[in-house]
Amino acid sequence: MKNFSYARPTSIHQAIELAATSDVTILAGGTELLNWARIGIAEPSKLVDITGVEGLEGIEELPNGVVRIGALTKLNDVALHPVIRKSYPVLSTSILKAASAQIRNLATIGGNPLQRVRCPYFRADEPTPCNKRTPRSGCAALHGLNEKHAIFGWTEDCVAVQPSDPAAALAALDAVFVTQSRQGGRRIPATTFHTLPSENPTAHNVLQQGEVIAWIELGEAAPKSAYLKIRERESYEFATVSAAVALEMEGPVIHRARIALGSVAMRPWRLVETEGRLAGLRSDSPEIMLAVKAGFADAKPLAMNRYKIQLAQNTAVRAIEMAAQA
Amino acid sequence: MDDPQKTRKEFSRRTLLKGGAIAAVSGLSGMSEAIAPAAAADSPFVSHANITLVINGVSRRVEVEPRSTLLDVLRERLYLTGTKKGCNRGECGACTIHLDGRRVNGCLVLAIAADGKKIETIEGLANGDQLHPMQQAFIDQDAFQCGYCTSGQIMSAVACVAEGHTGSNSEIREWMSGNICRCSAYPQIVAAVNAVAKRNA
Amino acid sequence: MNRGLDNAIARLDGPAKVSGKALYAGDQFQPSQLYAVLVTASIPCGRVEAVSSVSALATPGVVRVLTAADMPRVHSALRQITVPPLASRFVPMQENEIVHEGQPVAIVLAETLEAAEEGAKLVQVRYTRSEFSIADASIPEDAIPEKGNYSKAGPLAFAKGDAGMAYAAASIKLTATYTQPSRHANPMEPSAILAVWNADKLTVYDSVQHLPAVQNVLAAVFGLPPTNVRVVSPHTGGGFGAKAFVWSHEILACMAAKVVERPVKLVLNRQNMYSVAGPQPQLTQEVSLGANGEGRLQSMEHKVSNVTGKTDDYVEFATASSRAFYACDHIKISQQVRRGNMVLPTFMRSPWDGPGSWGLGAAMDELARTLKIDPLDLRLKNYAEVEPESGKPWSSKKLREAYSLGAERFEWRTRPRGGTRDGHWRIGCGMADCSQGQARFHSTARVRMRSDGTAQIESSFCDIGTGPATIFPQIAAEVLGLNPQRVKVLAGDTNLPYSGPTYGSGTTISTGAAVQLAAKRIREQLARLAGWPSSDIELRNGRVLLGKESRSIEELLKGAGLSEIASDGAFDLPNGAFVDMGSPQYPARTFGAIFVEVGVDAELGLLRLRRATGVYSAGRIINPRTARSQMIGGIVWGWGMAAMEASWFEPTLGRWYSKDLAGVPLPVNADIPPEIDVAFVDEFDSNAGPTGAKGIGELGATGVAAAVANAVFDAIGLRVRDLPITPSKLLGA
Repeated sequence: MKNFSYARPTSIHQAIELAATSDVTILAGGTELLNWARIGIAEPSKLVDITGVEGLEGIEELPNGVVRIGALTKLNDVALHPVIRKSYPVLSTSILKAASAQIRNLATIGGNPLQRVRCPYFRADEPTPCNKRTPRSGCAALHGLNEKHAIFGWTEDCVAVQPSDPAAALAALDAVFVTQSRQGGRRIPATTFHTLPSENPTAHNVLQQGEVIAWIELGEAAPKSAYLKIRERESYEFATVSAAVALEMEGPVIHRARIALGSVAMRPWRLVETEGRLAGLRSDSPEIMLAVKAGFADAKPLAMNRYKIQLAQNTAVRAIEMAAQA
Repeated sequence: MDDPQKTRKEFSRRTLLKGGAIAAVSGLSGMSEAIAPAAAADSPFVSHANITLVINGVSRRVEVEPRSTLLDVLRERLYLTGTKKGCNRGECGACTIHLDGRRVNGCLVLAIAADGKKIETIEGLANGDQLHPMQQAFIDQDAFQCGYCTSGQIMSAVACVAEGHTGSNSEIREWMSGNICRCSAYPQIVAAVNAVAKRNA
Repeated sequence: MNRGLDNAIARLDGPAKVSGKALYAGDQFQPSQLYAVLVTASIPCGRVEAVSSVSALATPGVVRVLTAADMPRVHSALRQITVPPLASRFVPMQENEIVHEGQPVAIVLAETLEAAEEGAKLVQVRYTRSEFSIADASIPEDAIPEKGNYSKAGPLAFAKGDAGMAYAAASIKLTATYTQPSRHANPMEPSAILAVWNADKLTVYDSVQHLPAVQNVLAAVFGLPPTNVRVVSPHTGGGFGAKAFVWSHEILACMAAKVVERPVKLVLNRQNMYSVAGPQPQLTQEVSLGANGEGRLQSMEHKVSNVTGKTDDYVEFATASSRAFYACDHIKISQQVRRGNMVLPTFMRSPWDGPGSWGLGAAMDELARTLKIDPLDLRLKNYAEVEPESGKPWSSKKLREAYSLGAERFEWRTRPRGGTRDGHWRIGCGMADCSQGQARFHSTARVRMRSDGTAQIESSFCDIGTGPATIFPQIAAEVLGLNPQRVKVLAGDTNLPYSGPTYGSGTTISTGAAVQLAAKRIREQLARLAGWPSSDIELRNGRVLLGKESRSIEELLKGAGLSEIASDGAFDLPNGAFVDMGSPQYPARTFGAIFVEVGVDAELGLLRLRRATGVYSAGRIINPRTARSQMIGGIVWGWGMAAMEASWFEPTLGRWYSKDLAGVPLPVNADIPPEIDVAFVDEFDSNAGPTGAKGIGELGATGVAAAVANAVFDAIGLRVRDLPITPSKLLGA
């Protein structure tokens, strides 16, 4: 990789001042950025290492019931935090199913949703046709090997999926990304944080240059929640599909359901139609599958991944079962 | 050229001599101490830096470019080659070391970002000729074959025990899955972790 | 005979390996060394028209960018070197031709690794593209004799009896096609070499599986006598075949060092490991079995084709299994290749029988299902008492005992009924034969006995993890009556006596025999020094004993004015051969049976291993502890083949789809349950070699994929004939 210059601010104020300069790339855990630089996906010229910034690490329960997670909190520290384990098991599990113990000691909860697609065309050692790697170069995966690609929301410009496990959990929890920038900052819902190719095929998320994720806020507790990740090997692998489910139950009856699928689209895919139909159903009702299928009206397979529709449906049904038993 | 071991020793000695005593550098407000002097007066950005790494209890001063990873600095600059490079992408775990007491992949850490931090590598685990219990357990359980992933496995295993992720066989397996062993000594690795965990209990 | 757990000593190289002190090729340094990084072809076929090095050379630290024009031409002596051990006749950067994506086209040399890596990104290569072909999709063709020796390593066709007629007459017929993708060995240590010239003498610190092969090839490349080339390789971080032969990066690094007159260190990155050394090729196997109503095989036909590169014909002889596994009067096999623009495939752990045992092992299970007999009973009915191909007796075979012990340990006869539920999981059990042809290699060793009662073994073998640094001292110690701890090993250096390679499961049987012979000669010398008949003496604890008399080795040597005595031993093959597959009288093989229990969650497409038992007939086991690890490693290797591993070739771009360890899953710890049960039948194969031992490095990985696929069928009634068995194939069964 090309050499770059490096700065290590210690305050959020300094960080966003530095981030506002052009050509600046933010470094947090580094578990993705270093690989991008090595592969040639990114060529940072100025790196602002924000891991020394004070006040962005740790988990806080605010008086209004909101749980605020500092963006620089390491993945393992989020997952193993007593509040997260007890009140948001879907988030805890999604993190523990991600990457490896070592990587989770480096990677941060704010950085993780910024990971880019795992599409092998995007990650190739030499550029291949990929609009995310080289804008307007096309999409080799569209008619190439696409067994693990998108079944929702893809366009001919990009058929890749967002692979983040925590992002799916955060979307199911209706978490909010709180950003800081020289302009002030924004509150971005986790459900719309990632960019669909129809919106912009070259982008991964809506974060703007100079904008830094400072906190992630979780709303009301979701103790009846679960995360199910499907992959060929048992650990240390990206998902083929995953399902994050948060339920509110009244006895055996689902009162409210929130479901986000992972690795099926360029953003965690909320099954809105399904969520509506689940309300009022018993968690062991055979109608659960019908409700799930209703959320797949827009699903559209590629040449090699038709199986992912069925797999995602079954995964969602199973995750609902797991959440109900949580 | 003849004796690689001898060459290594000379290399290491030279590096140590060059490193010399650890110089104290006064801080610049808001910026990490050691890298600040290399920065231009009006810019917080540096393109090379003298950093201090406390490796296995010994302070080592080394000049680095920001792009250099901790793994490459350990291996190619400090000749601590016990830490291995298997993939350089965080996909194998061969480079697992402890950074401020936590296991991490050395290939995913910039050396400059580790300035002033404590690093433990496989070379620092034994006490003289007295192997660390985990090293001994790996021998006792025959938990390796070619030995290339072993440094990373052992560093990971020591952390796994310290973290307390040894409650069951499947918990150990899950928390040791960040280290690929192509010779596939997995059951023996788990047995070694379990043996040390039990001893500590 | 086996002395049981007394021999299960801990690895003697353990302390070095657990403390980071074992040095691998990439751990070596030389003063003034340069770091090399390869620039590789981004197109699968065509020519390099121009290489622009301007930006790369402007990078601080970059010293030189070498292109084909800068490289010395290989010496004509290289023509005398066969392919293999030269991995491919095609040496890149001699001309501008590109035959596969990822082929080296330039080398950046720099003072630091970082600068070399940056420089490599900045080298601009202009290509002329030519039409490329995809081997996976090519039509099978006959191998061409001129395209290397790989195709001569076994019969491309073999027929015994009339398989076609016998099949037509058989009452039970089965024909099915089994496929598997290309797979890379992916040892954890990427190949690495440090090349150092001193006038016309070359020393390389290399990551290899056979040092003398590298020595001879490099000597030929530069037209030097082999004695001018020294190869040092004390530890290799796994090979699995990827480091068996001499690949282009080794030649190129030495050329680069010669051009710039500085030592050059080239450590391949993981991406290079996909395109600079070859994979086990994608195979398609068509198996036809004909049987009578009792399950006796009437005919076997096995047609195999594998992908290969454009420059040489690599043949993966999966049909070896059909020539060896089962008694059958009518056998017909054929091997073909499918050529395309890909890196030349190569031997990978369990070549030939690994794939062969998959196709044949799955077909036998299908036949057993059709016949409604237990798959183990089907095997017993077709037990090959002699080698089916030649009719010659085996050197040794105790497979019946292995079946019996394996069935007992696994509780095969009382196994859970296929499809039994455990929560969402359905349980299935499967079994298959394990067998690997036994390669034997010419090998030599020297043993020194010192007056202090220690011994030293000297031989150029390399340690790739299989345990030679432990079991060779055990072999010598047994003869010399010493504690193995008192036997030191000097290995991994071509200055030492010639050792055969560490592949083909051939090190123990070959170099072990040479060590044993050298030690026996030491014993004879000691007897002479004592003036006693060697047939009557006993060696124990550093003393030579005759009846009640005894003299210490120290006393004997000092009395003769010697500080040490040395003896050489050789394992010579008939007709001075480099390699054979057993003696002319006794074909040699290892055998075994693998039993697995899997869980399948078909709704979620999940397949997980629950337990496995492998029992093996592999001759004498020198060290049961290291042997057990070998077999566990083999079973996991087979699990990877069955459940996840694949190097997909991208058909529109003509390159590997993923060249990393995230896109190509290898088994991790969580995949492997503790219940991996391994046992060996008590056996001493004196016909295969004097130690009674055979090789076990590859045996364990055979049969596993078939056993897993058979277990999947048992669990959910779905027959998967295309590996690996991934969610898309299991879903909805």
